[in-house]
Amino acid sequence: MIPEIGQFALILALSLAVCQGVLPLVGAHRGDEAMMAVGRTAATGHLVFAAVAFACLTWAFLTDDFSVLYVVNHSQLSLPTVYKISAVWGAHEGSLLLWILLLAGWTVAVSRFSGGLPPAFAARVIGILGLLSVGFLLFALLTSNPFERLVPAAVDGGDLNPLLQDPGLAIHPPLLYIGYVGFSVAFAFAIAAMISGDLDRTWAKWTRPWTTVAWLFLTLGIALGSWWAYYELGWGGWWFWDAVENASFMPWLIGTALIHSLAVTEKRGLFKSWTLLLAITAFSLSLLGTFLVRSGIIVSVHAFAADPTRGRFILAFLAIVVIGALILYAWRAPSLDSDAGFGLLSRETFLLLNNVLLVVATALVLIGTLSPLVIEMATGGKISIGPPWFNVAFLVPMIPLVLLLGMGMQTAWRTQDTAAWVRILRIPAMLALVLGIAIPWLVYGRVSVLLVVGCGAAAWIVITSLLPILRSLRREKGAAGITRSALGMSVAHLGMGLFVLGVTVVSAFGVESDRALRVGESIEVAGYEFQMRELRNVQGPNFSAIEAEIAILDDGRQVATVLPQKRQYLVQRSPMTEAGIRAGLDKDLFVALGDPLGDEAWSVRIQYKPLIRFIWLGALVMALGGLIAISDRRYRSGVRAKAVAPVKAQESPA
Amino acid sequence: MNRYVWPLIGVAVLIVFLNMGLNHGDPKALPSPFIGKAAPEFELPTLKNPEVTIGKQNLLGQYSIVNVWATWCVMCKVEHGFLLDLAASRTIPIYGINWRDSRPDAIRWLNDLGDPYVASAYDEDGRVGIDWGVYGAPETFLIDPEGTVIYKHLGPLDPVVWQREFVARMNSGGAD
Amino acid sequence: MKPRQQRMLAVGLAALGIAIAAGLTLRAFQDNMMFFVEISDVAAGNYPKERNFRIGGLVVGGSVQREEGSLDVSFEVTDTACVVPVVYNGVLPDLFREGQGVVAHGRLDDTGVFRADKILAKHDEEYMAPEVAESLSKHQQDVVDAAVAGAAECGGNNDS
Repeated sequence: MIPEIGQFALILALSLAVCQGVLPLVGAHRGDEAMMAVGRTAATGHLVFAAVAFACLTWAFLTDDFSVLYVVNHSQLSLPTVYKISAVWGAHEGSLLLWILLLAGWTVAVSRFSGGLPPAFAARVIGILGLLSVGFLLFALLTSNPFERLVPAAVDGGDLNPLLQDPGLAIHPPLLYIGYVGFSVAFAFAIAAMISGDLDRTWAKWTRPWTTVAWLFLTLGIALGSWWAYYELGWGGWWFWDAVENASFMPWLIGTALIHSLAVTEKRGLFKSWTLLLAITAFSLSLLGTFLVRSGIIVSVHAFAADPTRGRFILAFLAIVVIGALILYAWRAPSLDSDAGFGLLSRETFLLLNNVLLVVATALVLIGTLSPLVIEMATGGKISIGPPWFNVAFLVPMIPLVLLLGMGMQTAWRTQDTAAWVRILRIPAMLALVLGIAIPWLVYGRVSVLLVVGCGAAAWIVITSLLPILRSLRREKGAAGITRSALGMSVAHLGMGLFVLGVTVVSAFGVESDRALRVGESIEVAGYEFQMRELRNVQGPNFSAIEAEIAILDDGRQVATVLPQKRQYLVQRSPMTEAGIRAGLDKDLFVALGDPLGDEAWSVRIQYKPLIRFIWLGALVMALGGLIAISDRRYRSGVRAKAVAPVKAQESPA
Repeated sequence: MNRYVWPLIGVAVLIVFLNMGLNHGDPKALPSPFIGKAAPEFELPTLKNPEVTIGKQNLLGQYSIVNVWATWCVMCKVEHGFLLDLAASRTIPIYGINWRDSRPDAIRWLNDLGDPYVASAYDEDGRVGIDWGVYGAPETFLIDPEGTVIYKHLGPLDPVVWQREFVARMNSGGAD
Repeated sequence: MKPRQQRMLAVGLAALGIAIAAGLTLRAFQDNMMFFVEISDVAAGNYPKERNFRIGGLVVGGSVQREEGSLDVSFEVTDTACVVPVVYNGVLPDLFREGQGVVAHGRLDDTGVFRADKILAKHDEEYMAPEVAESLSKHQQDVVDAAVAGAAECGGNNDS
């Protein structure tokens, strides 16, 4: 019964999405206010029914309804309740439903908070979002119905993949999707602007906060995925340049370029065609990512179960959306040239370089991801392109970017006096160089060119990020002279610096060792002693495990006890390793159980990971920077102004 | 032609290429050379009673499934529960081929976990498995009443696969 | 800077970017590519000498051997026609099992043993590295033909 309601709700959502997609666009074209207003109502209704459908699927999981195929495949009677909920979005059909729900949610948010937009523009934005929703709803209803029934119903399910039975991975898709889907808002703004021809600076001003929110959620989602992979999947690795990871990283890179390009367009009315193209590309990469992950074209441990039919649908949808957008772009972009110029040393130049470097980086990631497929199709040879290539290739645009980042923040718009600029940057540059040598040498005992570059770059970013705050405080003599926007910029870049530091240190100084260990024995890794105290059987809600109690000693003094486990999930029978991690901001000590080796010994993998938490901390700080930036007065005053105006209108006749 | 058309061209090329990639091959599809052909003849002792033999003729006259399994195969344990349910529902006879295994271990396994099979053939050296194109366990074949292989499934059986691949084919009257 | 100069700067930078990207890509296709070599090819001697490559197949049932208490492990990988022995020192992945698909990175030593420095196993019951699956299905037919013809299994067909 409930699944049928869910199915019906999806169909209703589709019809409302069609109204939402078509009527406002027609209305905006004709200037018909009634039609334009329909968009808002239809969007709300669409959200309601999408939420109902989602609730029905969740209900099916919570009530162990094994007559629904999707539930049978991804749940089990003994699955803990919290994972029954997260299983809803744990595989293709359910995650698609989540996407649909979030897209509807974003649309309603846009329709609620767009008081300052001209009605025709707002109508177009909602219309475009509606058409996108139609595409996804059709995809779900035609190829990926989460409510498909299983007759006769099964007695129990096949269990959720044990890898997904984890709190980190439970929230990872929602966070990630809020980001992915959020870029469709920037996309819709771009399309609406191109249709109407209204490509002035105000368009950039409206788009910016929405894009920043999407970007910050994507940042969080990717960081969470990396952290999860570290403790659950990768035996200590945090990024594998896996196709699915790249699928989320490419939109992030372009999204970063987009928020910077929007800044230029808003401030100076420049880079309009860049910004438009970036807005189109960011969402296109989200769609491409979905395609890569769900079509089976690229095999990856992360990918959903493959199905070429679904692949064809997404590809067709991608083609229509992106080619349509680019036709609009080719039509409108030529007339966007502005006469405003900027000096060679100016913030515009740095942001232009920023755009170029980020695009190059994205192109490299795309090439690396698709090349094995190209080569196989062309020559039949099977090659794999992995971290060795990506790590080197990615650094090439990144190193200049990192250096330019520090410089750009201190550079004025339009034109910057060179002498003053050098004066500002001289000390930070020297300080960064000194720290670049001091940190690896004094703290970790080794120096190399790459280490100096890495640590120096990190120091450079941190110092130059703090500079604007310090200079603004000094200038204003105590008053809060720095806008939230500028503060957000500093904080976000600071996060980037922490990230770079973490990556550099852990890559250079991390230690990994596979050893054999027996109860009562110790081994030494990276100056710490790891002692296996006990080996025992433990029981979990849906698994049984062998657990090792391992004490970690530093100079004879016990600093931690970790409990790595080798789990056997009862239904899927796949073994799973739960690492024992002694976490710290300064380092992680990571122990994973391998296999019994006979003679009462077990293989263990022990890792020493200095500053690895800085990687995710950096990402968190980046997202925080984004949050600060959108809390800027000019966005809040927009809402307040709207509330103030009607009252004034009543008072004024006097 | 203005330079703003370049992104459009680039994307069009990419999409064509991705479509070719989709056509290039479903990475999970493994056509078995046996589908649509008559199942190979064989004659093997049964697992529990070495004097009794079992062969292709036992399969004729109705739809049946032949399941390749072994005690060293972890995934066989995963599908075992489903096979027991299927056997209990009496929808279709299930024959087993115990592949490259130890007879006492296999018998003990069935005693401990339950026996869904009408009978299991004991293929100690794997020769019959080779004839059937088996290269891993578990694998399950769907055989029609005339003894033709309709479908082969790699990996453990579950309700979804059963419904989508086996029942669908039986209902539509044969191979697609 | 006038718009025209801006544009030239942008184009110049883009061209530079593309040149860098192209250079790196070419470099990758020489240095860092990992070729996948079928077991039968390895057995026949067609594999890259002096460099790492990947092999994949099924772990032969009963072939996994461990020195007691040591991380050294040896096993055999087959594509159902030929077999290649592998040795590895380290922790094996969770889903490494006899009769299951496996991919190994490493190189072949002078004695015909594949010294693996990395082992990847199936990640779930449905995933089998496509190269492995394709290789297996290719040789399956050879094996059947050979069994029918009564010929030797491995090395009988060198046409792949």
